[in-house]
Amino acid sequence: MNVMHPAIAEPVLSLRGLRKEYRPGQPVLKDISLDFAPHGVTAIIGPSGTGKSTLIRCINRLVDPTAGDILLKGENLARIQGAALRMARRRIGMVFQEYNLVERLSVMENVLSGRLGYVSPWRAFLRKFPTEDVERAFDLLDAVGLGQDFANRRADKLSGGQRQRVGIARAIMQEPALLLADEPTSSLDPKTSVEIMELMAEISGTRGIPIIINIHNVDLARRYAARIIGMTGGDVVFDGPPEALERGHLAMIYGGEGWQE
Amino acid sequence: MTTRPARPDAFPVDWPKRFAWIALAVYVFYALSTLDVSLDRILRGFSQAATLFGRMFPPNIAPDKVELITTGMLESLQIAVLSTFFGILLSLPLGFAAARNLSPVWLAGAARGVIAICRSFHPVIVSILFVKAVGFGALAGILALIVATMGFVSKLFAEVVEELNARQVEAVRATGASFFNVLIIAVMPQVMARFVGLTVYQFDSNLRNSTMVGIVGGGGIGAPLFTAYQRFDFDVVLTILLVIIALIMMFEMVSARIRRVFQ
Amino acid sequence: MTGTATPTRRWERFTAQERIARSVLYILTVIAVVWSLRTIDIIPEFLYDAPEQTADLFKRMWPFDWAFYPKAVHSALIETFHIATLGTILAILLALPLSFMAARNFTRNPVLRWLAQFIFVSSRSVNSLIWALIFVAIFGPGALAGVMSIAVRSIGFVGKLFGEALEEAQRGPLEALTATGAPRSMILAKGYWPQVEPAFWSIALLRWDINIRESAVLGLVGAGGIGVALDAALNNLYWDQVGLILAVIFAVVIATEIVTSFLRSRIL
Repeated sequence: MNVMHPAIAEPVLSLRGLRKEYRPGQPVLKDISLDFAPHGVTAIIGPSGTGKSTLIRCINRLVDPTAGDILLKGENLARIQGAALRMARRRIGMVFQEYNLVERLSVMENVLSGRLGYVSPWRAFLRKFPTEDVERAFDLLDAVGLGQDFANRRADKLSGGQRQRVGIARAIMQEPALLLADEPTSSLDPKTSVEIMELMAEISGTRGIPIIINIHNVDLARRYAARIIGMTGGDVVFDGPPEALERGHLAMIYGGEGWQE
Repeated sequence: MTTRPARPDAFPVDWPKRFAWIALAVYVFYALSTLDVSLDRILRGFSQAATLFGRMFPPNIAPDKVELITTGMLESLQIAVLSTFFGILLSLPLGFAAARNLSPVWLAGAARGVIAICRSFHPVIVSILFVKAVGFGALAGILALIVATMGFVSKLFAEVVEELNARQVEAVRATGASFFNVLIIAVMPQVMARFVGLTVYQFDSNLRNSTMVGIVGGGGIGAPLFTAYQRFDFDVVLTILLVIIALIMMFEMVSARIRRVFQ
Repeated sequence: MTGTATPTRRWERFTAQERIARSVLYILTVIAVVWSLRTIDIIPEFLYDAPEQTADLFKRMWPFDWAFYPKAVHSALIETFHIATLGTILAILLALPLSFMAARNFTRNPVLRWLAQFIFVSSRSVNSLIWALIFVAIFGPGALAGVMSIAVRSIGFVGKLFGEALEEAQRGPLEALTATGAPRSMILAKGYWPQVEPAFWSIALLRWDINIRESAVLGLVGAGGIGVALDAALNNLYWDQVGLILAVIFAVVIATEIVTSFLRSRIL
């Protein structure tokens, strides 16, 4: 692609030749190599089924890549298993399209589940989380704009926007080195989508957490991301700042006129 | 159905349906005729019932009978408790094995086969076999009801597991939680309420059946009941029946509360 | 994170009341199991030869006494089928008026509703085998007692579930019909019936399926059906006949399940 992102001196995450084939010979990701700065919002845009979601899920190994390396602060996540993988996952927060809260648990339990990588099963069973975790969870409920009164509401009683706020709080609870967000606004109405993006950008700024967001709303990506990566057919076809993203690029990413939703 | 108004356009006669109803009526008459059911027999039955009820009242509450009934009833209760407890314990792995979303095809198939066999035989028949295998007494009854419990609970538990929301599990896995923590936070909340409901229901069912296995030698209140019946001590039979109904009504009231605690 | 000056906020998953309720239930469960284990009468000597006895049991069962099938099993099997089917039909006839009596939207009088509930609970509390004992005493041994015990035992099940289905019927269509001044029978047939028909058939099929199993054992106390043949074979210790009968029951139960699930998918 003509616009290239400037080289990043100390990337938090580096992908090297990342490849995923669900069926042999039919790659969904075609040897992706990318570096991510340890701050700011990066948006990945592209049509549905283009491998955006697979890319995000490969990073924390919810999907196993077929080939390639995933370097999180120098540690290669593609090569680890079991306990080591769980340790690595603790440092990567994730926000989902369908929020994926445990519906029958309270808001507080969902937020605290961000600490599950650190507590024993016995404590998890009794819900005896360390006091400082509970403190931080209450603060986070304020920070994501829900307020502490929500702590004992059940997740299935919340609206979509409220659920996504809990999802974000759960991810931040991990004190992650990196936050992944897989279409966090696709199930929300336009107004709530803006609020959620606003919140994530703010969190990234104030807490210094780099965020990688899959999103197919180009306007939102332009508004909140410092860097946009355009993907189509398993390839990266654009990588640069939002100002550099032009009609021609979008036509290329979304194929002709189809990008205008 | 049969009360079609006389407006054929609005509600046309559904001939296949009407034919099915006629066939059903014909079947009922045919079956009744083969079963040697006659008005005369039914009428004689009514007079017999009158004498039977006459002999039932008043219910017998002589101290020795009360003691016999208490012992039998307690044994039935114990049979119900133990068969539910061990039956559920065995149903958990069996249910997981039978869940098609978690276990390999061959294992799910084998588990489903075991469940089908457990379900097919009435607890009384299973009791008969266990009485032959382990002798007369409560153990035979317990084992028979364990089999019944496995047949019912593992089947429904497998369905609960199949309905697990994988997304919720994935999200908790993504936090770096260990296997057991995922189980505790993401899986248990999803299955717990249904599981408690199943357990309560099965205890109820085992309690009802534990009053019956004694008829074939499986222990519990069934044995004194059957003895009293054979001796025509119908006043004792009535006492036992009333105790059974009272116990089960009591548990029915309790069970709704238990369910609410685990909502 | 910036340190907050607020005093330590406590969070607990359950209120004290919920915690106590759960703990009490857990403790009661443990007590019940321990008490049962310690006091129940189990004769250990019987256990030692259990594997032997079981092996012996199966050895005696096989090969089946196939000749017994045409002689006694076939007609008994047909009788079992009749008992289950007639019993289910009779149960439905008896349970329908009671379910109207139990449904809140039909019966305002709480005493009548309570009476209907009481009949349902009594019907379900007493086992079919025990009902069979009573009806054998009344009608004498035979299929009639079987039909009656199946019917009486099923009233509670059918009545309770159908009563609940009636209570769940949507008000809208009923009000629309009432507003047109339709007679009560018309409201029943055109307002309620279409709404509860699926529930009705599914309850009837479910109970019929259960009753096939139940009617197979009624003969043990003389209430007709294949259980009579089973009882005779057991008393005579003809295990090869017992084995045959068990296999037949297994086949019938599986067949019933296939038929009911087929009918369910067709009707519902």
